[in-house]
Amino acid sequence: MNLLAAETEVLAPLASGWFLENAWLIPVIPAIAFALIILIGKRLPMKGSELGVASMLASLVLSAGAAYQWIQRVNSATEEQFVEPVIKSWSWWRSGGFDFGIGQHIDGLSVVVLFVVAFISTLVQIYSLEYLRGDRRYTHFFAALTLFSGGMLAMVLADNMILFLLGWEIMGLCSFMLIGHWWEEDANSRAALKAFFTVRTGDVGLLVGISMLYFAANDWTQENLGLSGFSIRGISAWALSGEPNSTVIMVAAIALFIASIGKSGQFPLHTWLPDAMAGPTPVSSLLHSSTMVVAGVFLVARLYPVFFVGLDILGSGGNLIMFIGAITIVISAALAFVQNDIKRVLAYSTVSQLGYMMLGLGAGAWLPAVFHIFTHAFFKACLFLGAGSISHSASHHSFDMKRDMGGLRKVMPITFTTWIISTLALCGVFPFSGFFSKDEIIDNVGNNGYNTFMIVGLVGAFMTAAYMTRATYLTFFGEPRGASAGHSSHEPHDAHGSHDSHDTHGDHDDHASHDAHASHGPHESGLLITAPLMILSVLALGSGLLNATPFGESWERMKLWVEPRAVEVVDSTYPGGPGESLFINVPSAEEGSSKSVCGTATPEKGVCYAPKLEHAKFKWSKAMLSMVIVFLGMAVSWILSMLLFTKRDARLVGLTQRVKILGVGHRFLVNKYYLDDLYEKVIVRSVAYPISNAAYWFNQNILDGILHSISNLTRKLSGWVYKNIDQRVVDGTVNNSATFTKSVGTAAQPTQSGKVSQYGALLFSAAAVAALVLVIINT
Amino acid sequence: MNMLQENNWLLSVGTFLPLLGVVVLLLTPKASDQMVKLVALVTSIATLAVGVYTALKFDFDQAEKLQFVADAKWISVIKSSYLIGVDGISLPLYLLSMIITLLVVIYSLDHVPSPGKPKAFFSLLLVLQTGMAGTFIAQDLILFFVFFELVLLPMFFLIGVWGGEQRQYASIKFFLYTMFGSALMLVAFLALFFKTGAESFSIPYLIENGGSIAKNIQIWIFAGMFVGFAVKVPMFPFHTWLPDAHTQAPTQGSVILAAILLKLGTYGFVRIALPILPDAAREWAPYIGGLAVIGIIYGALGCLAQTDMKRLIAFSSVAHMGFVMLGISTLTSFGVNAAMFGMVAHGLITGMLFFIAGSVKERYHTLEISKLGGMLTAMPRLGWIFGFCAMASLGLPGLAGFWGEFPAILSAYNPAEGLNETVFRVFMVIAALGTVLAAAYLLWMFQRIAFGTAKNSSSHDHSHSDDLHDVTTFEWIAWTPLLLGILVLGILPNLLFSVFDPAVQITLSAFGG
Repeated sequence: MNLLAAETEVLAPLASGWFLENAWLIPVIPAIAFALIILIGKRLPMKGSELGVASMLASLVLSAGAAYQWIQRVNSATEEQFVEPVIKSWSWWRSGGFDFGIGQHIDGLSVVVLFVVAFISTLVQIYSLEYLRGDRRYTHFFAALTLFSGGMLAMVLADNMILFLLGWEIMGLCSFMLIGHWWEEDANSRAALKAFFTVRTGDVGLLVGISMLYFAANDWTQENLGLSGFSIRGISAWALSGEPNSTVIMVAAIALFIASIGKSGQFPLHTWLPDAMAGPTPVSSLLHSSTMVVAGVFLVARLYPVFFVGLDILGSGGNLIMFIGAITIVISAALAFVQNDIKRVLAYSTVSQLGYMMLGLGAGAWLPAVFHIFTHAFFKACLFLGAGSISHSASHHSFDMKRDMGGLRKVMPITFTTWIISTLALCGVFPFSGFFSKDEIIDNVGNNGYNTFMIVGLVGAFMTAAYMTRATYLTFFGEPRGASAGHSSHEPHDAHGSHDSHDTHGDHDDHASHDAHASHGPHESGLLITAPLMILSVLALGSGLLNATPFGESWERMKLWVEPRAVEVVDSTYPGGPGESLFINVPSAEEGSSKSVCGTATPEKGVCYAPKLEHAKFKWSKAMLSMVIVFLGMAVSWILSMLLFTKRDARLVGLTQRVKILGVGHRFLVNKYYLDDLYEKVIVRSVAYPISNAAYWFNQNILDGILHSISNLTRKLSGWVYKNIDQRVVDGTVNNSATFTKSVGTAAQPTQSGKVSQYGALLFSAAAVAALVLVIINT
Repeated sequence: MNMLQENNWLLSVGTFLPLLGVVVLLLTPKASDQMVKLVALVTSIATLAVGVYTALKFDFDQAEKLQFVADAKWISVIKSSYLIGVDGISLPLYLLSMIITLLVVIYSLDHVPSPGKPKAFFSLLLVLQTGMAGTFIAQDLILFFVFFELVLLPMFFLIGVWGGEQRQYASIKFFLYTMFGSALMLVAFLALFFKTGAESFSIPYLIENGGSIAKNIQIWIFAGMFVGFAVKVPMFPFHTWLPDAHTQAPTQGSVILAAILLKLGTYGFVRIALPILPDAAREWAPYIGGLAVIGIIYGALGCLAQTDMKRLIAFSSVAHMGFVMLGISTLTSFGVNAAMFGMVAHGLITGMLFFIAGSVKERYHTLEISKLGGMLTAMPRLGWIFGFCAMASLGLPGLAGFWGEFPAILSAYNPAEGLNETVFRVFMVIAALGTVLAAAYLLWMFQRIAFGTAKNSSSHDHSHSDDLHDVTTFEWIAWTPLLLGILVLGILPNLLFSVFDPAVQITLSAFGG
């Protein structure tokens, strides 16, 4: 009791440090590097790539420093104390008498994502040094890649929604540039357009959501916290204050979630993600692991209180986020089975894993979902870079598993090993990292009472194991085929059309050199490529230990460091000028250790920044169940793959042709549920052609038609007046009138357009008359 | 009245200096093209120098007050006086007009459009500059009207003489349409004059007294102004002169038209219509907002239907000015700030896009999108600049366009008191959808023009390949300030917002903040 009383009086200030205070430098460095690469990159010895790599390394060092100091900060707090984020803000723009800031908001969530982004970006850039060597737009590639990471980093540490939006959109722009990197080919430029456009469609939600939150929250946040309605901290506190109108916050949450759907490739806006494979493989790797697609999930995690209250997370029966997440898990996993392109398998697997993250967030499993962002980044980056390694060194720039791969385990031992580790992590096999995050999500979904969704999660786990086994089998086992067998595969390669012509490096002139090294046959890639693979695979194996729930509470580091504490904070703000980051925080006295009201009731004494969430107790029995399911998936898939692809078993080959219902299902999957057709052929095409043409027809024929008939009428009228009234009736007595009609008549004739001055004089007099009339009528 | 009268010669000098240049030009022998260009260049540089000096002398801490005010007797018969001054609303536009004119002159040094006649061409540009600057400094309705109309003539000739194939039709349409609007506007001005006791045409005076006019009369007077300004903006459905004028005008004409002339209309709303007739503005606001969002969607659809690059950019102006008008229609300082920012941003971005269109035309001899393609291969720098401007135009955060677009959408969520929130929230969602369409038409255009490989048809016949040279020195000089402006304002929006905000708040004080 005494201890508690002592705590409430004065708490020692939380530890901070240079890296935390200056975390805003993390995105600034890549932004400057981007400008430098564009301006002087081509003249540098390594064509600007050194700037990119150096800036990412600098960001990595800074984020590692920030992470370290954040951990110290957490350790300096007492167990029940809310660990204040390190917020700094400078004046950015002003309107309506308010100043709006730009700044950083550093807490556990941003620190962990900052670190992941900087880390993966660094490895991807190093990998690209080799992978894109000789590319015709080498410099541009590094510029865009650097800005891409910078955008994500800016978004992650944003203290307000406008900066968040800035980072979000910069990523959209860079994804456009990078996916369309080899824009000489129509398919690539269309994929780039599709990615940008689809995401932009979702962004309507972001614009609307931010606007709603601003006006709903601004009064409250200004009064209670001295923050604007854009501030993430302010919005979070407002959402949990019991203040918000339930309809407003629900609509805002739905609007924001639509943006997440677009960005994170959730159903039904997931269709751009597989097409985004048109970009160079390092881009796919970065885009799918730590940047861009994670942004949507991050948005939900960042503004979690808004979603928590708005969509009634933890309410019974599930909510929008869970439904979308669950649907996405299953439908995209199903699509992964019918892909021949290895990168597309991985793409659908990303979509599916993002579904897990959404499901987790929707079900109140905030920490497991964030932890899944963390582990997924490593193994997914590794898998993509592995696919790139294969295409670079073994399959002659093809990604077709069925035609150009097979049996690669012997010639590419490093790629193979790292691939297997990452695959096991992805499937969630103990003790690989995915197990600790994915299983936690599934477990917590069940624990929070959503048994149906838990079953969906388990089904997803089965499917994941199965399609990854299929892909692994096709790539690394069986007999080498096509390019992997040493055949040069130009003919079918080109004949296969747009989808497979991704990595032709744009420049057709260097085919000769590729042919030369293709004749060496498949081989292991160089160190610049394998080193990132090895580093990532180590993390794919080990990173799960940072929150290893099975081993007891002392292993749950992530939970300690990252999860915001749901405590009521009194007097959390301290008036300070721009750049001020001093916060004093005192937990309210009566609140005992675990009885937080945050998220369940209106905080009375202070404000909450995070809702109180429960954590499932780890049980080996549950873990064993999901393990069995995963191994079952692997075994079934392995046997079927072997029978189908190697033994060519007569009962299986051509099954989809023989059994009608399977054929229909297969076609349905191959055509991606016809969603692309719906979007491109129906919606986009109708807007782009009939609707816009109709609008333009209206413009040219109705609006201009009215105009032309008025002008014709005036011309005729003035001609008639001139002939019949002026010449016959008035004839010289009223000269003014003659000038009037004449000038109207002549000015209206397109051929004689000079008499403008008369027209001006006329205008003045006519206007004066009209004004007088108006005045007289109205008095 | 809050006015600062120091340095009251500055504005007059800045505004009429171009006319002095015109006089010198008229005395210059026709034959010496170099001399003509030199005079025009020196004049526009000197004008901008005066403008910059004005900005330096401007007291930004009192941006809400009219500064450098001069008040002289003018046409005392109708009680109109030569009353000029600038505040935070007009100063940026005043400067922008000078910058754009200088850049256009620089660009023209190397690109006098056919049929030549540089002397006449540059003279008209300078006259145009006087008209534009004058409109932004005038604080008297008659003076405003004179400058407003003065702009018409040079533009009429620029289109009619140096324009494309259908220049006659386009110039007449432009002239008559705006004249029609002006006529109604003048009616409104005169009615306003009489209804406030026939005392003065001074805008500050009318702002103080306009509110006392009965509401139903205000509504009628507002109607006249609305048509006059709406034609100029142009708002749907009064926009049909714009695509024709833009398509037919020479590059320089299009740039000035987009960058400055369209702003005369929106400026008129902010400076005159809203503060003088607050009650009427409240009644009209939903309709203005409605037409604005129709313009956003309709303009975007019009863009999608275009096959001509320049016409597409012209239609995009209809959409972008829709965002500006949406901001104005909210009658909040938030919305009007966004609108003001949007005006400047649109001026820079769309002006730049028209410059690019001009250069494309010069190199490819066509603006048919289907005949272009592979620009990034043939002329990488031009292609990247084009991409940059397309991104700015679609409202990418970090570039200037965003700060006009997003705050305008934002402001529609919460319009001024007395306006129907539901209606404006619907507008907000529609406007937000407009941003998707903007991305669609701009990127689609960019993809078709810049990506892919160069079209064979255009490189085989003629000697086109010689024309496909990348950005020239003159183009760099003329474009760099615009490109920098787009970037700098995008990163540091407060450079403008902090100037607008105090003046906008004062202007809108009748609407309760």
